[in-house]
Amino acid sequence: MLIRDTSAGYGLVSRLFHWLMALAIFAMFGLGLWMVGLSYYSPYYHSAPSLHKSVGILLLIALALRFGWRLANVRPSDDDLKPFERTASRIVHWGFYPLLLALMVSGYLISTADGRPIEVFGLFSVPSPGENKGLEDTAGAVHTILAYLVILIAAVHAAAAVKHHVIDRGRSLSRMWSGPPTS
Amino acid sequence: MKLRLAPLALVAALALPAAAPAADYTIDSKGAHASINFRIQHLGFSWLTGRFDRFTGSYSYDEKAPEASKVSVEIETASVNSNHAERDKHLRDPDFLDVAKFPKATFVSKKVEPAGNGKAKITGDLTLRGVTKEVTIDAEYVGGGADPWGGDRTGFHGTTKLALADFGINFDLGPASKEVELTLNVEGVENK
Repeated sequence: MLIRDTSAGYGLVSRLFHWLMALAIFAMFGLGLWMVGLSYYSPYYHSAPSLHKSVGILLLIALALRFGWRLANVRPSDDDLKPFERTASRIVHWGFYPLLLALMVSGYLISTADGRPIEVFGLFSVPSPGENKGLEDTAGAVHTILAYLVILIAAVHAAAAVKHHVIDRGRSLSRMWSGPPTS
Repeated sequence: MKLRLAPLALVAALALPAAAPAADYTIDSKGAHASINFRIQHLGFSWLTGRFDRFTGSYSYDEKAPEASKVSVEIETASVNSNHAERDKHLRDPDFLDVAKFPKATFVSKKVEPAGNGKAKITGDLTLRGVTKEVTIDAEYVGGGADPWGGDRTGFHGTTKLALADFGINFDLGPASKEVELTLNVEGVENK
């Protein structure tokens, strides 16, 4: 099994990063929307936000590792795309990194604005960058907007991948799923 | 001669008890010798306390005729502070104070009924979350007189209780947490 990426396709590490993070990010979106509407007496009133924060920190770590992995690997070729498609896909692919970084950092700043750390599954905690009264409101507004934006762009990205797979008969979706063609 | 007596006169003036005619006072928000605190039951197990960090106000007070006193206070609702960022964010949301829509809460007195011993009942209109409702504050004169820096001050303490639902706050915090108690500490500097 191919670990690293080649110009022909994605290796195992990149594919795991892609699908696990995609799954986690969509689940986090649902969890986030659901948890802010919970009633005070819901048994999940504390555990749901706690899960959201824990997963968020893990995603932030994963994002950093994934970015490092991307830079350390050959980028699979996108020569089969039309020039417009190529530009659009590159903007989206690279744009996800700063967008997700901002999304995760804004979430982190909500919970740490009063100086409290974030506990990650009770295993370790990430300290606050310092008490910053009122930052939770700004960070919260940014977090909400970015969350919708990420989901919107992910939907466009998925639609483009499906279109490329079904209509253009391209290989990009297959190689993200099962790796480069084995020959 | 005159010059030599001047310091004495100054000392005498400072030492004399302040005459207290009707006067207007500005609540000392600047020096934070005033606070608007609240407490509410948590699950019926304990008291959760918090306060509003930013507010302004003024009052008139006449020791001889306390019934003629008037007070008005304007609170910045976004300044709610319960020492927990996530909770404070929630308190500013539409579930509670809805500060984007209702950035100010106000209290304007309508009637002061002295009850002797420096105590009084202050009835007035409290506007919170866009709802105006009459509330009565149990107030008590704490002290007053010249301060060490050339001003004159008076100070009061007050308490009252509100039902959250009366002001359109219907987020269910449980049966023990339907009312919130307010404790007000007010020190005013006389306007001169």
